[in-house]
Amino acid sequence: MATHRFTPGSLERERRKQKLLRFSMYVFLILASLPIVVGYLWLFVGAFTGNLVYGFVPQELTVANWSFLWESPSPAWPNIWRTFANTFFLAAGVTVIMVVVSTSAAYVVSRMYFPGRSMILASTLILHAFPAITLLIALYYILRTLGLLDSLWGVILVRAGLMVPFGIWVMKGFFDDIPWDIEMSALIDGATRFQTFWKVMLPLVKPGIAAIAVFAFMAGWAEYIFLVTFVRDPNSWTLSSYINAIIGNYRFTNYGLLAAVSLFYMFPVLLFFLLTQKLLMKVTVGGIKGGR
Amino acid sequence: MSSGDPKRTGRAKGYLQAFLFLLPGLILILLFFLAPVIITAVMGFTNMDYRFQWNFIGLGNFFRMADDFLIPKILINTLVYTFGTLAIFNVTFGLILALLTTSISERVGLFFRALWLLPRFTPPVVYAAIWLWILSPTRNGLLNGLRVAMGLRPIAWISQFPWGVIIITNGIIGASMGMLIFTSAIKAIPRDYLWAARVDGASWFQEVRHIVLPLIRWPLMFITAYQTLSLLTSYEYILLITQGGPFHASEVWSLYAYNKAFSAYAGTYEFGYAAALATVLVLIGTVASIAYWKIFRFREMMAQPRIEVS
Repeated sequence: MATHRFTPGSLERERRKQKLLRFSMYVFLILASLPIVVGYLWLFVGAFTGNLVYGFVPQELTVANWSFLWESPSPAWPNIWRTFANTFFLAAGVTVIMVVVSTSAAYVVSRMYFPGRSMILASTLILHAFPAITLLIALYYILRTLGLLDSLWGVILVRAGLMVPFGIWVMKGFFDDIPWDIEMSALIDGATRFQTFWKVMLPLVKPGIAAIAVFAFMAGWAEYIFLVTFVRDPNSWTLSSYINAIIGNYRFTNYGLLAAVSLFYMFPVLLFFLLTQKLLMKVTVGGIKGGR
Repeated sequence: MSSGDPKRTGRAKGYLQAFLFLLPGLILILLFFLAPVIITAVMGFTNMDYRFQWNFIGLGNFFRMADDFLIPKILINTLVYTFGTLAIFNVTFGLILALLTTSISERVGLFFRALWLLPRFTPPVVYAAIWLWILSPTRNGLLNGLRVAMGLRPIAWISQFPWGVIIITNGIIGASMGMLIFTSAIKAIPRDYLWAARVDGASWFQEVRHIVLPLIRWPLMFITAYQTLSLLTSYEYILLITQGGPFHASEVWSLYAYNKAFSAYAGTYEFGYAAALATVLVLIGTVASIAYWKIFRFREMMAQPRIEVS
């Protein structure tokens, strides 16, 4: 049976076929990924060079595109450092609120019995059917009623609120994995429920907290649609609003400035991404599984 | 049965504690998730505008939708965009990426997966900026730069190929979700199956066709259903890159609702009509979910052992 597979010649041929297949896989992956690579490369090249010949051939190195760091390109725009601080404030605010709120809620949902427990779990799932984006109009109304329009706090609360169900599901998974005995022994030793949560459970779910914190920070840092819809006041601009304004003003002209500010904005994202990409992949998958 | 019963006070105290832990989350979810759902549904029956008055007009907005001459075009755009992106990128391309990156060396595979995940975590304005450079109608963009270098005339890519542009730009982001889910499903397949097939002389394509695909059919169906909903309601990148144009050529349902409510150039702020449009979109999404639930028999999936991420 199948003796032909064991003659040296056919083995050689088989191996060559394997090699060819492997080789064509690499070629396909490289070609398919080309737009992404070229696009992100442009951020670097475009940011540090003058006019690109034919749109992509750099001529001379320059830092002229970075003058926005000390001089606003338009009198109507706020100072870039203030914008940077706003961006950080938004990302940090979303992170803190989302982590604190979903961790404590997930602990209860995972560990305590109370009336309506399953209803809460089910409702976070049903809410998933209403994507944030379709609620934008109502959210605008609510923020207006609360007097939170044109304020970063409004965006922080909305974004954190919309991420809380996701956070609860991810954290619930982490709490579920901790054996009951650990918590029991703390309670039997006389610790209160809160002490158990704070001193025994929290240290054990640190990886989960790190995961949702990274997620929340990246989401807050990148926030676009709520921001440009709810916040018009230049004093509350973030880098998203800033780049939005560049696109609006110089849609197809000042590519150097566009690339430089984009790179400035992307820098923390790239750093975070390089450090945590494996974690991000896991939570992206885990969040979906929890969310379904 | 008095409050002196220690067991009972203990339980009441337990509930109170649970409630206190939950309170911040409940407030956030109620205020920014549940309330908006209800407000959107109710607002759809009013003609609210920038004055924010609740004038109920019954089904007025829905009749108006039926007469809106743009709606057929918007509906076609939405279908082409949703199912085009889904079929080409979110499912097919996600699957190809998962298959290829798990068939080559682990480290190189990881590199390509990370590369494809990057756009998902890039701020939307930056992602849009990159595409505005690539697709620029002037000779300063990448594609037209290449054309000029070859002695051809520049093309207005976005106005010439609005559908292609929104499908590709959203698809590159959309493919990464399927890629990750399929990758973890493929990795969960017991190696013995693949080795057995290889010993029997199966080629890579036969392996994929007869072993991998049947084993990952639930994730495939799940991504199809889940991403249909994501695509139906996503318009951030379309808003940034084509703005729905030229002349509504790439305007999808969700973006139309957004523009009705917030578009500065229309200057109308038709919140009532926009809320009605959003409500209809949610209904379309619900119908699609139920259809998928029935077609793919998801009930059976729930009984399947869950595939864990490795």
